[in-house]
Amino acid sequence: MREELIISGRMNPMVDPILNIWHWQIPLYLFLGGVAAGILFFASLYYIMGRERKYAAAIKWAPMLTPFLLILGLGALFLDLNHKAFFWQLYLTIRLESPMSWGAWTLLIITPLSVIWSATWLRELKPDIHWKYPIMDEWESYFIKHRLVIAWIMLISAVILGVYTGILLSAFNARPLWNTSILGPLFFASSLSTGAAVIMLMAKSHLERNIFSRIDLMMIGIELFLIVHMFMGFQASTQVQIDAANMFLGGPFTEVFWIFVVFIGLIIPAFLEVLELLGFKIPIVITSSLVLTGGLFLRFIIVYAGQASRYLY
Amino acid sequence: MRFAMAIDTKKCVGCSDCVVACQTENAVPIGYCRDWIVEVNDGTYPRLEMEIRSERCNHCSNSPCVRCCPTGASHYDYGGTVLVTPHKCIGCGACIASCPYDARYTHPKGYVDKCTFCVHRVKEGLPPACVAVCPTKCLYFGDTDDPRSEVSQVLKKRKYKRLIPEAGTNPNLYFLI
Repeated sequence: MREELIISGRMNPMVDPILNIWHWQIPLYLFLGGVAAGILFFASLYYIMGRERKYAAAIKWAPMLTPFLLILGLGALFLDLNHKAFFWQLYLTIRLESPMSWGAWTLLIITPLSVIWSATWLRELKPDIHWKYPIMDEWESYFIKHRLVIAWIMLISAVILGVYTGILLSAFNARPLWNTSILGPLFFASSLSTGAAVIMLMAKSHLERNIFSRIDLMMIGIELFLIVHMFMGFQASTQVQIDAANMFLGGPFTEVFWIFVVFIGLIIPAFLEVLELLGFKIPIVITSSLVLTGGLFLRFIIVYAGQASRYLY
Repeated sequence: MRFAMAIDTKKCVGCSDCVVACQTENAVPIGYCRDWIVEVNDGTYPRLEMEIRSERCNHCSNSPCVRCCPTGASHYDYGGTVLVTPHKCIGCGACIASCPYDARYTHPKGYVDKCTFCVHRVKEGLPPACVAVCPTKCLYFGDTDDPRSEVSQVLKKRKYKRLIPEAGTNPNLYFLI
Protein backbone atom coordinates (compact mmCIF):
# COMPACT_ATOMS: atom_id res chain seq x y z
CA MET A 1 0.00 0.00 0.00
CA ARG A 2 1.26 3.45 -0.87
CA GLU A 3 0.04 6.64 0.68
CA GLU A 4 1.27 10.16 0.08
CA LEU A 5 0.40 12.74 2.71
CA ILE A 6 1.25 16.35 3.35
CA ILE A 7 2.43 16.19 6.95
CA SER A 8 3.49 19.79 7.54
CA GLY A 9 -0.09 20.99 7.23
CA ARG A 10 -0.92 22.77 4.02
CA MET A 11 -4.44 24.07 3.85
CA ASN A 12 -4.21 26.91 1.36
CA PRO A 13 -7.76 28.23 0.90
CA MET A 14 -9.37 27.23 -2.43
CA VAL A 15 -6.44 24.88 -3.23
CA ASP A 16 -6.55 22.24 -0.49
CA PRO A 17 -7.71 19.56 0.02
CA ILE A 18 -8.85 19.61 -3.61
CA LEU A 19 -8.66 22.53 -5.98
CA ASN A 20 -11.72 24.77 -5.71
CA ILE A 21 -10.51 27.99 -7.28
CA TRP A 22 -13.41 28.34 -9.72
CA HIS A 23 -16.96 28.36 -8.43
CA TRP A 24 -20.39 28.90 -10.05
CA GLN A 25 -19.29 32.05 -11.89
CA ILE A 26 -17.04 30.33 -14.44
CA PRO A 27 -19.43 27.57 -15.60
CA LEU A 28 -22.28 30.09 -15.70
CA TYR A 29 -20.19 32.38 -17.90
CA LEU A 30 -19.10 29.45 -20.10
CA PHE A 31 -22.77 28.61 -20.59
CA LEU A 32 -24.00 32.17 -21.26
CA GLY A 33 -21.05 32.94 -23.52
CA GLY A 34 -21.68 29.67 -25.35
CA VAL A 35 -25.38 30.42 -25.93
CA ALA A 36 -24.52 33.94 -27.16
CA ALA A 37 -21.80 32.56 -29.45
CA GLY A 38 -24.27 30.01 -30.87
CA ILE A 39 -26.96 32.60 -31.57
CA LEU A 40 -24.55 35.10 -33.11
CA PHE A 41 -22.95 32.36 -35.22
CA PHE A 42 -26.29 31.47 -36.80
CA ALA A 43 -27.33 35.14 -37.10
CA SER A 44 -24.22 36.16 -39.01
CA LEU A 45 -23.97 32.95 -41.04
CA TYR A 46 -27.54 33.14 -42.32
CA TYR A 47 -27.30 36.88 -42.88
CA ILE A 48 -24.22 36.36 -45.03
CA MET A 49 -26.09 33.63 -46.91
CA GLY A 50 -28.96 36.10 -47.50
CA ARG A 51 -31.67 34.25 -45.55
CA GLU A 52 -32.97 37.36 -43.81
CA ARG A 53 -36.65 36.74 -44.56
CA LYS A 54 -36.61 33.02 -44.01
CA TYR A 55 -34.83 33.01 -40.65
CA ALA A 56 -36.12 36.16 -38.95
CA ALA A 57 -35.74 34.80 -35.42
CA ALA A 58 -32.16 33.68 -35.96
CA ILE A 59 -31.01 36.88 -37.64
CA LYS A 60 -33.12 39.56 -35.98
CA TRP A 61 -34.82 38.56 -32.75
CA ALA A 62 -32.64 36.05 -30.95
CA PRO A 63 -29.49 38.25 -31.22
CA MET A 64 -31.34 40.88 -29.20
CA LEU A 65 -30.89 38.61 -26.18
CA THR A 66 -27.16 38.26 -26.67
CA PRO A 67 -26.05 41.64 -25.23
CA PHE A 68 -27.84 40.67 -22.00
CA LEU A 69 -26.36 37.16 -22.00
CA LEU A 70 -22.86 38.49 -22.62
CA ILE A 71 -23.06 41.28 -20.06
CA LEU A 72 -24.45 38.88 -17.47
CA GLY A 73 -21.63 36.45 -18.28
CA LEU A 74 -19.02 39.20 -18.08
CA GLY A 75 -20.48 40.24 -14.72
CA ALA A 76 -20.05 36.66 -13.49
CA LEU A 77 -16.46 36.63 -14.75
CA PHE A 78 -15.75 39.89 -12.97
CA LEU A 79 -17.20 38.52 -9.73
CA ASP A 80 -14.81 35.60 -10.01
CA LEU A 81 -11.70 37.79 -10.06
CA ASN A 82 -9.89 38.08 -6.73
CA HIS A 83 -7.94 41.23 -7.61
CA LYS A 84 -10.83 43.09 -9.20
CA ALA A 85 -9.37 46.60 -9.24
CA PHE A 86 -6.71 45.42 -11.71
CA PHE A 87 -9.00 43.79 -14.30
CA TRP A 88 -7.91 46.36 -16.92
CA GLN A 89 -4.48 44.71 -17.00
CA LEU A 90 -6.14 42.21 -19.39
CA TYR A 91 -6.26 44.94 -22.01
CA LEU A 92 -2.68 46.15 -21.76
CA THR A 93 -1.28 43.04 -23.40
CA ILE A 94 -2.10 40.36 -25.95
CA ARG A 95 -0.76 36.97 -24.91
CA LEU A 96 -1.21 34.51 -27.75
CA GLU A 97 -0.31 31.51 -25.56
CA SER A 98 -3.04 32.26 -23.04
CA PRO A 99 -6.59 31.31 -24.10
CA MET A 100 -7.93 33.64 -21.41
CA SER A 101 -6.23 36.58 -23.13
CA TRP A 102 -7.81 35.55 -26.44
CA GLY A 103 -11.18 35.34 -24.74
CA ALA A 104 -10.86 38.75 -23.10
CA TRP A 105 -10.09 40.41 -26.43
CA THR A 106 -12.80 38.49 -28.30
CA LEU A 107 -15.35 39.58 -25.70
CA LEU A 108 -14.21 43.16 -26.16
CA ILE A 109 -15.09 42.84 -29.87
CA ILE A 110 -18.20 40.69 -29.80
CA THR A 111 -20.06 42.41 -26.94
CA PRO A 112 -20.32 45.85 -28.62
CA LEU A 113 -21.00 44.16 -31.97
CA SER A 114 -23.92 42.27 -30.45
CA VAL A 115 -25.35 45.58 -29.19
CA ILE A 116 -24.87 47.25 -32.58
CA TRP A 117 -26.32 44.26 -34.44
CA SER A 118 -29.41 44.24 -32.23
CA ALA A 119 -29.84 48.01 -32.54
CA THR A 120 -29.86 47.85 -36.34
CA TRP A 121 -32.90 45.56 -36.22
CA LEU A 122 -34.82 47.49 -33.54
CA ARG A 123 -36.69 49.60 -36.10
CA GLU A 124 -38.20 46.47 -37.62
CA LEU A 125 -39.57 45.52 -34.23
CA LYS A 126 -40.77 49.03 -33.39
CA PRO A 127 -41.04 51.25 -36.50
CA ASP A 128 -41.74 54.49 -34.59
CA ILE A 129 -38.46 54.41 -32.69
CA HIS A 130 -36.87 57.78 -31.85
CA TRP A 131 -33.23 58.05 -30.89
CA LYS A 132 -32.51 60.79 -28.38
CA TYR A 133 -29.72 62.40 -30.40
CA PRO A 134 -29.76 62.93 -34.18
CA ILE A 135 -26.26 61.47 -34.47
CA MET A 136 -27.75 58.10 -33.45
CA ASP A 137 -29.84 58.12 -36.65
CA GLU A 138 -26.69 58.64 -38.69
CA TRP A 139 -24.95 55.80 -36.88
CA GLU A 140 -27.96 53.59 -37.34
CA SER A 141 -28.04 54.05 -41.10
CA TYR A 142 -24.25 53.67 -41.24
CA PHE A 143 -24.34 50.35 -39.43
CA ILE A 144 -27.35 49.12 -41.43
CA LYS A 145 -25.37 49.87 -44.59
CA HIS A 146 -22.40 47.89 -43.30
CA ARG A 147 -24.27 44.93 -41.85
CA LEU A 148 -22.36 42.48 -44.02
CA VAL A 149 -19.00 43.59 -42.61
CA ILE A 150 -20.37 43.35 -39.06
CA ALA A 151 -21.73 39.89 -39.85
CA TRP A 152 -18.33 38.64 -41.01
CA ILE A 153 -16.49 39.96 -37.94
CA MET A 154 -19.25 38.56 -35.73
CA LEU A 155 -19.08 35.16 -37.41
CA ILE A 156 -15.35 34.86 -36.78
CA SER A 157 -15.52 36.13 -33.21
CA ALA A 158 -18.51 33.86 -32.45
CA VAL A 159 -16.47 30.84 -33.57
CA ILE A 160 -13.52 31.96 -31.43
CA LEU A 161 -15.81 32.60 -28.44
CA GLY A 162 -17.51 29.22 -28.81
CA VAL A 163 -14.29 27.26 -29.18
CA TYR A 164 -12.21 29.16 -26.64
CA THR A 165 -14.51 28.32 -23.75
CA GLY A 166 -13.41 24.70 -24.24
CA ILE A 167 -9.78 25.46 -25.14
CA LEU A 168 -9.55 27.59 -22.00
CA LEU A 169 -9.95 24.44 -19.93
CA SER A 170 -7.97 22.09 -22.16
CA ALA A 171 -4.91 24.38 -21.88
CA PHE A 172 -4.51 23.29 -18.26
CA ASN A 173 -2.39 20.18 -18.52
CA ALA A 174 -2.33 20.02 -14.71
CA ARG A 175 -5.97 18.80 -14.69
CA PRO A 176 -6.09 15.54 -16.64
CA LEU A 177 -9.85 15.71 -17.25
CA TRP A 178 -9.58 19.10 -19.00
CA ASN A 179 -6.40 18.22 -20.83
CA THR A 180 -8.10 16.94 -23.98
CA SER A 181 -8.46 18.85 -27.23
CA ILE A 182 -11.97 17.37 -27.60
CA LEU A 183 -13.28 19.96 -25.12
CA GLY A 184 -12.96 22.74 -27.74
CA PRO A 185 -15.21 21.10 -30.35
CA LEU A 186 -17.48 19.66 -27.63
CA PHE A 187 -18.16 23.07 -26.09
CA PHE A 188 -18.57 24.62 -29.53
CA ALA A 189 -21.09 21.95 -30.55
CA SER A 190 -22.90 22.50 -27.26
CA SER A 191 -22.93 26.26 -27.80
CA LEU A 192 -24.40 25.84 -31.30
CA SER A 193 -26.97 23.42 -29.91
CA THR A 194 -28.03 25.75 -27.07
CA GLY A 195 -28.02 28.72 -29.47
CA ALA A 196 -30.29 26.78 -31.83
CA ALA A 197 -32.55 25.95 -28.85
CA VAL A 198 -33.05 29.65 -28.09
CA ILE A 199 -33.76 30.38 -31.76
CA MET A 200 -36.30 27.52 -31.84
CA LEU A 201 -38.05 29.06 -28.86
CA MET A 202 -38.30 32.47 -30.54
CA ALA A 203 -39.10 31.32 -34.08
CA LYS A 204 -42.61 32.17 -35.24
CA SER A 205 -42.60 30.32 -38.55
CA HIS A 206 -42.93 26.56 -38.61
CA LEU A 207 -40.23 26.34 -41.28
CA GLU A 208 -37.60 28.12 -39.23
CA ARG A 209 -38.38 26.08 -36.12
CA ASN A 210 -38.15 22.92 -38.14
CA ILE A 211 -34.77 23.84 -39.65
CA PHE A 212 -33.26 24.74 -36.28
CA SER A 213 -34.71 21.63 -34.75
CA ARG A 214 -32.80 19.64 -37.40
CA ILE A 215 -29.62 21.63 -36.75
CA ASP A 216 -30.02 20.97 -33.03
CA LEU A 217 -30.52 17.26 -33.68
CA MET A 218 -27.32 17.20 -35.71
CA MET A 219 -25.40 19.02 -32.95
CA ILE A 220 -26.70 16.59 -30.33
CA GLY A 221 -25.44 13.74 -32.51
CA ILE A 222 -22.02 15.39 -32.75
CA GLU A 223 -21.93 15.99 -28.97
CA LEU A 224 -22.73 12.34 -28.22
CA PHE A 225 -20.04 11.28 -30.66
CA LEU A 226 -17.50 13.61 -29.04
CA ILE A 227 -18.40 12.51 -25.50
CA VAL A 228 -17.89 8.86 -26.41
CA HIS A 229 -14.60 9.72 -28.09
CA MET A 230 -13.46 11.76 -25.10
CA PHE A 231 -13.87 8.78 -22.78
CA MET A 232 -12.32 6.39 -25.29
CA GLY A 233 -9.33 8.69 -25.55
CA PHE A 234 -8.99 8.89 -21.76
CA GLN A 235 -9.23 5.14 -21.33
CA ALA A 236 -6.41 4.65 -23.82
CA SER A 237 -4.23 7.31 -22.22
CA THR A 238 -2.11 7.69 -19.07
CA GLN A 239 -3.14 6.58 -15.58
CA VAL A 240 -4.19 10.07 -14.48
CA GLN A 241 -6.51 10.36 -17.48
CA ILE A 242 -7.92 6.88 -16.87
CA ASP A 243 -8.63 8.06 -13.30
CA ALA A 244 -10.23 11.22 -14.68
CA ALA A 245 -12.52 9.18 -16.94
CA ASN A 246 -13.38 6.87 -14.07
CA MET A 247 -14.90 9.80 -12.18
CA PHE A 248 -17.64 9.53 -14.82
CA LEU A 249 -17.60 5.77 -15.23
CA GLY A 250 -18.49 4.68 -11.72
CA GLY A 251 -16.98 7.56 -9.75
CA PRO A 252 -18.68 10.51 -8.00
CA PHE A 253 -19.79 12.29 -11.18
CA THR A 254 -21.36 9.25 -12.85
CA GLU A 255 -25.03 9.77 -12.01
CA VAL A 256 -25.15 13.52 -12.41
CA PHE A 257 -23.34 13.42 -15.76
CA TRP A 258 -25.12 10.54 -17.45
CA ILE A 259 -28.58 11.52 -16.14
CA PHE A 260 -28.52 15.32 -16.46
CA VAL A 261 -26.17 15.90 -19.38
CA VAL A 262 -26.49 12.81 -21.55
CA PHE A 263 -30.02 11.59 -20.85
CA ILE A 264 -31.99 14.76 -20.03
CA GLY A 265 -29.84 17.17 -22.03
CA LEU A 266 -29.11 15.14 -25.16
CA ILE A 267 -31.04 11.88 -25.60
CA ILE A 268 -34.53 13.03 -24.56
CA PRO A 269 -34.44 16.26 -26.64
CA ALA A 270 -33.07 14.31 -29.61
CA PHE A 271 -35.92 11.83 -29.22
CA LEU A 272 -38.49 14.66 -29.03
CA GLU A 273 -36.99 16.33 -32.11
CA VAL A 274 -37.19 13.09 -34.07
CA LEU A 275 -40.83 12.69 -33.01
CA GLU A 276 -41.52 16.24 -34.16
CA LEU A 277 -39.91 15.59 -37.53
CA LEU A 278 -42.16 12.55 -37.85
CA GLY A 279 -45.18 14.83 -37.44
CA PHE A 280 -46.03 14.57 -33.73
CA LYS A 281 -46.88 17.82 -31.90
CA ILE A 282 -44.26 18.41 -29.22
CA PRO A 283 -44.27 21.71 -27.29
CA ILE A 284 -41.04 23.40 -28.34
CA VAL A 285 -40.52 24.87 -24.89
CA ILE A 286 -39.92 21.38 -23.47
CA THR A 287 -37.27 20.46 -26.03
CA SER A 288 -35.52 23.83 -25.81
CA SER A 289 -35.41 23.97 -22.04
CA LEU A 290 -34.04 20.42 -21.85
CA VAL A 291 -31.25 21.32 -24.28
CA LEU A 292 -30.42 24.47 -22.31
CA THR A 293 -30.46 22.58 -19.00
CA GLY A 294 -28.11 19.96 -20.46
CA GLY A 295 -25.72 22.67 -21.69
CA LEU A 296 -25.66 24.33 -18.28
CA PHE A 297 -25.04 21.03 -16.47
CA LEU A 298 -22.28 20.10 -18.93
CA ARG A 299 -20.36 23.30 -18.04
CA PHE A 300 -20.87 22.92 -14.31
CA ILE A 301 -19.87 19.27 -14.22
CA ILE A 302 -16.80 19.67 -16.42
CA VAL A 303 -15.56 22.68 -14.41
CA TYR A 304 -16.05 21.00 -11.02
CA ALA A 305 -14.86 17.52 -12.04
CA GLY A 306 -11.80 18.98 -13.77
CA GLN A 307 -10.71 20.65 -10.56
CA ALA A 308 -11.04 17.32 -8.75
CA SER A 309 -8.78 15.54 -11.25
CA ARG A 310 -5.06 15.76 -10.55
CA TYR A 311 -1.58 14.26 -10.77
CA LEU A 312 -0.20 14.34 -7.24
CA TYR A 313 -1.24 13.23 -3.74
CA MET B 1 21.93 31.19 -15.08
CA ARG B 2 19.41 28.54 -14.05
CA PHE B 3 18.47 28.34 -10.38
CA ALA B 4 17.43 24.95 -9.06
CA MET B 5 17.09 23.15 -5.75
CA ALA B 6 18.05 19.65 -4.78
CA ILE B 7 16.31 18.02 -1.81
CA ASP B 8 17.97 15.06 -0.16
CA THR B 9 15.11 12.71 0.75
CA LYS B 10 17.57 10.51 2.67
CA LYS B 11 18.52 13.34 5.00
CA CYS B 12 15.19 15.16 5.37
CA VAL B 13 13.47 14.32 8.66
CA GLY B 14 10.30 16.30 7.97
CA CYS B 15 10.78 18.78 10.84
CA SER B 16 8.94 21.57 8.92
CA ASP B 17 11.60 24.13 9.81
CA CYS B 18 11.76 25.17 6.14
CA VAL B 19 8.00 25.83 6.21
CA VAL B 20 8.21 28.07 9.27
CA ALA B 21 11.34 29.87 8.00
CA CYS B 22 9.57 30.66 4.73
CA GLN B 23 6.47 31.94 6.48
CA THR B 24 8.59 34.19 8.68
CA GLU B 25 10.94 35.46 5.97
CA ASN B 26 8.23 36.19 3.43
CA ALA B 27 5.46 37.29 5.82
CA VAL B 28 3.23 34.55 4.42
CA PRO B 29 -0.30 35.16 5.75
CA ILE B 30 -1.43 32.83 8.53
CA GLY B 31 -3.04 29.68 7.18
CA TYR B 32 -1.05 29.72 3.94
CA CYS B 33 2.08 27.84 2.87
CA ARG B 34 4.62 28.38 0.12
CA ASP B 35 6.44 25.15 0.96
CA TRP B 36 5.32 21.94 2.63
CA ILE B 37 6.45 18.45 3.62
CA VAL B 38 5.16 15.28 1.97
CA GLU B 39 5.56 11.88 3.57
CA VAL B 40 5.22 8.79 1.38
CA ASN B 41 4.67 5.45 3.07
CA ASP B 42 5.07 2.39 0.92
CA GLY B 43 4.50 -1.29 1.63
CA THR B 44 2.88 -3.19 4.50
CA TYR B 45 4.13 -3.82 8.03
CA PRO B 46 6.83 -4.94 8.73
CA ARG B 47 8.23 -4.15 5.27
CA LEU B 48 7.75 -0.42 5.20
CA GLU B 49 9.58 2.28 3.33
CA MET B 50 9.30 5.98 3.90
CA GLU B 51 10.29 8.97 1.84
CA ILE B 52 10.12 12.54 3.09
CA ARG B 53 10.15 15.44 0.68
CA SER B 54 10.27 19.19 1.28
CA GLU B 55 8.26 20.60 -1.65
CA ARG B 56 7.63 24.03 -3.12
CA CYS B 57 7.18 25.71 -6.49
CA ASN B 58 9.30 23.91 -9.11
CA HIS B 59 10.16 27.12 -10.99
CA CYS B 60 9.56 25.10 -14.14
CA SER B 61 11.42 25.91 -17.32
CA ASN B 62 8.19 25.35 -19.26
CA SER B 63 5.75 26.81 -16.77
CA PRO B 64 2.07 26.26 -17.47
CA CYS B 65 1.31 29.14 -15.10
CA VAL B 66 3.31 31.60 -17.21
CA ARG B 67 1.70 30.24 -20.38
CA CYS B 68 -1.86 30.52 -19.05
CA CYS B 69 -1.54 33.94 -17.40
CA PRO B 70 -3.64 36.39 -19.46
CA THR B 71 -1.85 39.54 -18.29
CA GLY B 72 1.80 38.54 -18.06
CA ALA B 73 1.79 38.91 -14.25
CA SER B 74 3.33 35.44 -13.97
CA HIS B 75 6.69 35.67 -15.67
CA TYR B 76 10.24 34.30 -15.83
CA ASP B 77 12.65 36.39 -13.83
CA TYR B 78 16.22 36.44 -12.46
CA GLY B 79 17.90 33.08 -12.97
CA GLY B 80 14.80 31.46 -14.44
CA THR B 81 12.69 31.92 -11.31
CA VAL B 82 8.94 32.13 -11.89
CA LEU B 83 7.49 35.20 -10.17
CA VAL B 84 4.18 37.06 -9.95
CA THR B 85 3.89 40.85 -10.27
CA PRO B 86 1.06 41.70 -7.83
CA HIS B 87 -0.07 44.89 -9.58
CA LYS B 88 -0.45 43.05 -12.88
CA CYS B 89 -2.34 40.09 -11.42
CA ILE B 90 -6.14 40.15 -11.77
CA GLY B 91 -6.69 37.11 -9.54
CA CYS B 92 -8.41 35.04 -12.24
CA GLY B 93 -6.99 31.77 -10.90
CA ALA B 94 -5.80 30.46 -14.29
CA CYS B 95 -2.26 29.90 -12.99
CA ILE B 96 -3.54 28.13 -9.87
CA ALA B 97 -5.62 25.76 -12.01
CA SER B 98 -2.69 25.22 -14.38
CA CYS B 99 -0.12 24.22 -11.72
CA PRO B 100 0.17 20.42 -11.40
CA TYR B 101 2.02 20.88 -8.08
CA ASP B 102 -0.67 23.11 -6.50
CA ALA B 103 2.15 25.45 -5.46
CA ARG B 104 0.15 28.67 -5.77
CA TYR B 105 -2.56 30.31 -3.71
CA THR B 106 -4.56 33.53 -3.71
CA HIS B 107 -3.14 36.00 -1.19
CA PRO B 108 -5.84 37.53 1.08
CA LYS B 109 -5.14 40.82 -0.73
CA GLY B 110 -6.40 39.26 -3.99
CA TYR B 111 -3.31 38.59 -6.07
CA VAL B 112 -1.69 35.19 -6.56
CA ASP B 113 1.34 34.36 -4.45
CA LYS B 114 3.93 31.58 -4.31
CA CYS B 115 7.53 30.59 -3.56
CA THR B 116 10.04 33.03 -5.06
CA PHE B 117 13.18 30.97 -4.34
CA CYS B 118 13.73 33.95 -1.95
CA VAL B 119 15.08 35.85 -4.92
CA HIS B 120 15.50 38.98 -2.75
CA ARG B 121 17.99 37.06 -0.57
CA VAL B 122 19.65 35.28 -3.48
CA LYS B 123 20.40 38.62 -5.16
CA GLU B 124 22.32 39.58 -2.01
CA GLY B 125 24.32 36.36 -2.10
CA LEU B 126 22.29 34.66 0.66
CA PRO B 127 20.63 31.25 0.32
CA PRO B 128 16.81 31.02 0.37
CA ALA B 129 15.37 31.06 3.91
CA CYS B 130 14.39 27.37 3.83
CA VAL B 131 17.91 26.35 2.79
CA ALA B 132 19.51 28.58 5.42
CA VAL B 133 17.62 27.07 8.36
CA CYS B 134 17.51 23.39 7.40
CA PRO B 135 18.98 21.57 10.45
CA THR B 136 20.01 18.45 8.47
CA LYS B 137 21.42 20.49 5.56
CA CYS B 138 19.30 18.46 3.14
CA LEU B 139 18.51 21.39 0.81
CA TYR B 140 20.95 22.48 -1.89
CA PHE B 141 20.31 25.62 -3.87
CA GLY B 142 22.29 27.03 -6.77
CA ASP B 143 22.89 27.50 -10.46
CA THR B 144 22.73 24.33 -12.56
CA ASP B 145 24.38 26.14 -15.48
CA ASP B 146 27.51 26.42 -13.35
CA PRO B 147 29.16 22.98 -13.08
CA ARG B 148 31.05 24.04 -9.93
CA SER B 149 27.96 25.03 -7.95
CA GLU B 150 26.97 22.89 -4.98
CA VAL B 151 23.70 21.84 -6.60
CA SER B 152 25.43 20.79 -9.85
CA GLN B 153 27.98 18.79 -7.88
CA VAL B 154 25.40 16.93 -5.84
CA LEU B 155 23.31 16.17 -8.93
CA LYS B 156 26.38 14.70 -10.59
CA LYS B 157 27.08 12.39 -7.65
CA ARG B 158 23.62 11.28 -6.63
CA LYS B 159 20.59 9.65 -8.24
CA TYR B 160 17.58 11.89 -8.35
CA LYS B 161 14.00 12.15 -9.57
CA ARG B 162 11.77 15.04 -10.48
CA LEU B 163 8.05 15.26 -9.72
CA ILE B 164 5.67 14.47 -12.60
CA PRO B 165 7.98 15.46 -15.44
CA GLU B 166 5.33 13.82 -17.67
CA ALA B 167 3.22 16.94 -17.13
CA GLY B 168 5.65 18.60 -19.52
CA THR B 169 6.68 21.36 -17.14
CA ASN B 170 10.42 20.70 -17.03
CA PRO B 171 10.61 21.23 -13.24
CA ASN B 172 13.71 22.46 -11.42
CA LEU B 173 13.35 20.70 -8.06
CA TYR B 174 15.50 17.58 -7.87
CA PHE B 175 14.76 14.97 -5.21
CA LEU B 176 17.87 12.97 -4.32
CA ILE B 177 16.99 9.32 -3.78
